[in-house]
Amino acid sequence: MSALTFTLKQQPAQRVDMSLLVCQQLQGLSITDIAALELQSGTRKLRVDELFTIDGSDAQHIIIKNSTDKLDFIGKELDGGTMSVEGDAGAYLGMSMKKGEIKVSGNAGLYAACEMKNGYLEVSGNVGDFLGAALAGNKMGMKGGIILVKGNAGQRVGDHLRRGLILIEGNAGDYCGSRMTAGTIAVMGNTGRYLGYAMRRGTLLLWNAPQLSASFNDCGAHTLAFLPILFNSFTALNSKFSDASVGFNRVQRYAGDMAEIGQGEVLVKL
Amino acid sequence: MIINGVTIDETFAEAFPMKATRAIITAQNAKWAMIAAQTMTGFATSVIACGCEAGIERVLSPEETPDGRAGVSVLIFAMGGKGLAKQLETRAGQCVLTAPTTALFAGIESDIKIPLGKNLRYFGDGFQIAKKIAGKRYWRIPVMDGEFLTEATTGQVNAVGGGNFLVLARSQPQALAACEAAIEAMRQMPNVIMPFPGGIVRSGSKVGSKYKTLGASTNDAFCPTLKGATKTDLSPNIESVMEIVIDGLTKADIDNAMRVGIQAVCDLGAENGIERISAGNYGGKLGPFHFHLQEIMA
Repeated sequence: MSALTFTLKQQPAQRVDMSLLVCQQLQGLSITDIAALELQSGTRKLRVDELFTIDGSDAQHIIIKNSTDKLDFIGKELDGGTMSVEGDAGAYLGMSMKKGEIKVSGNAGLYAACEMKNGYLEVSGNVGDFLGAALAGNKMGMKGGIILVKGNAGQRVGDHLRRGLILIEGNAGDYCGSRMTAGTIAVMGNTGRYLGYAMRRGTLLLWNAPQLSASFNDCGAHTLAFLPILFNSFTALNSKFSDASVGFNRVQRYAGDMAEIGQGEVLVKL
Repeated sequence: MIINGVTIDETFAEAFPMKATRAIITAQNAKWAMIAAQTMTGFATSVIACGCEAGIERVLSPEETPDGRAGVSVLIFAMGGKGLAKQLETRAGQCVLTAPTTALFAGIESDIKIPLGKNLRYFGDGFQIAKKIAGKRYWRIPVMDGEFLTEATTGQVNAVGGGNFLVLARSQPQALAACEAAIEAMRQMPNVIMPFPGGIVRSGSKVGSKYKTLGASTNDAFCPTLKGATKTDLSPNIESVMEIVIDGLTKADIDNAMRVGIQAVCDLGAENGIERISAGNYGGKLGPFHFHLQEIMA
């Protein structure tokens, strides 16, 4: 069976809610049934076949071709299977996904992987603000799984992060790891201002020295035994993180945010 | 059956079901991994009074350990899951957590999980940090030499305890030398431990006693000084008997260990004073696993 492929015919006039086109929703449907599904776009509902040409039949492997940043909610609540996005993705990519895998060849918008529960999300380009964060007003962001961003990430990466792993090969914006309750964010590039703002627990793992707030206290230089295990877990990833030479176990440890309970940590490569 | 002049008795060793787990201890170097492992498996010769039977399975190279440091794998056996969990936790807490530079990892997969560092984390007094990596939960506990890293749980599996054979020799030094050779060979085998001191026990027991409070007592039929005083199992020329007890993860593991151990004894042969190989046979009273010596050596 070939992958179920949606090829965007032309740039939509309004944003499109793609949340219906996930593996578990399309399982068992014929191409005719899928074509007749209606997607919300602005104030209108558009049939899938108005927007896309549809090929293939394997609903556990979905490909979206010619994708643009107007396609929101791709892979929302994905519960198994794989989704490949050729092009850019809009906001809320992989929101609340439970398991499975999403790969985007281009960039992704705001709130990518927000409140993600498990699974694997990979973005080859950049992502917008609130990667792996909680939705506005909610108290719990990403709760599990792995996010890999090969480009840069916007502000508030992992806001309210509860568990899971966010890997960023490029830079992260301001407020990276803000209000995080636990989990791990690793940034190979640079980080912005207010790193770990109000973080309670969790780990920010950095390759470059950050600009830290006064509410982070230096705990000294240490060799930490868990780091080699963490880096070993990256070996299967298609990423710079899988390169054994980028790993380290010697770090400068900062505890914070002391304005909160102060059980979080910023670990900076030495 | 006679091998190299050594008679293999037509009897069987009896063993019983146990619960077991494996833990991997790593440290800055092999010396400290071994010190922690020896401490953790100390006073664990017999479930009769130690609460568990434990031993060092083998030394691990850095490539074989989860954190890439030198390591040692230990096996712990107990009569039930609850007892095993208690022994594992107290030994991990008092012997590994306390040993400089060590880390502690699960060494066996199973659907049944028992706490390894899950409760030791409270030693961190709120400063402990959990990390879930590749589906496994680890605890980082701040200690005075840095951080004690431990996996939260390890697996519990069904196992077999009490496999054994007896070496009957013309003198005590010859019995000991033969048992030492057997232990050296058996330590190369995976999934087994020989929990007694140096792997050898000189006070083999029988089931029961004339004293009502004792469940086990000296195996008088194999005590050479009682040859004329009890219903002995020894011929006049046997002056010393030593036993090797084996706990293994499966019956097959014990079969293999017994085979190489008995072979090592037989290689020394009658010319080195070895007369017979026998086994602790309690008439089926001790346990459901039977290890027939002649079948194993066939």
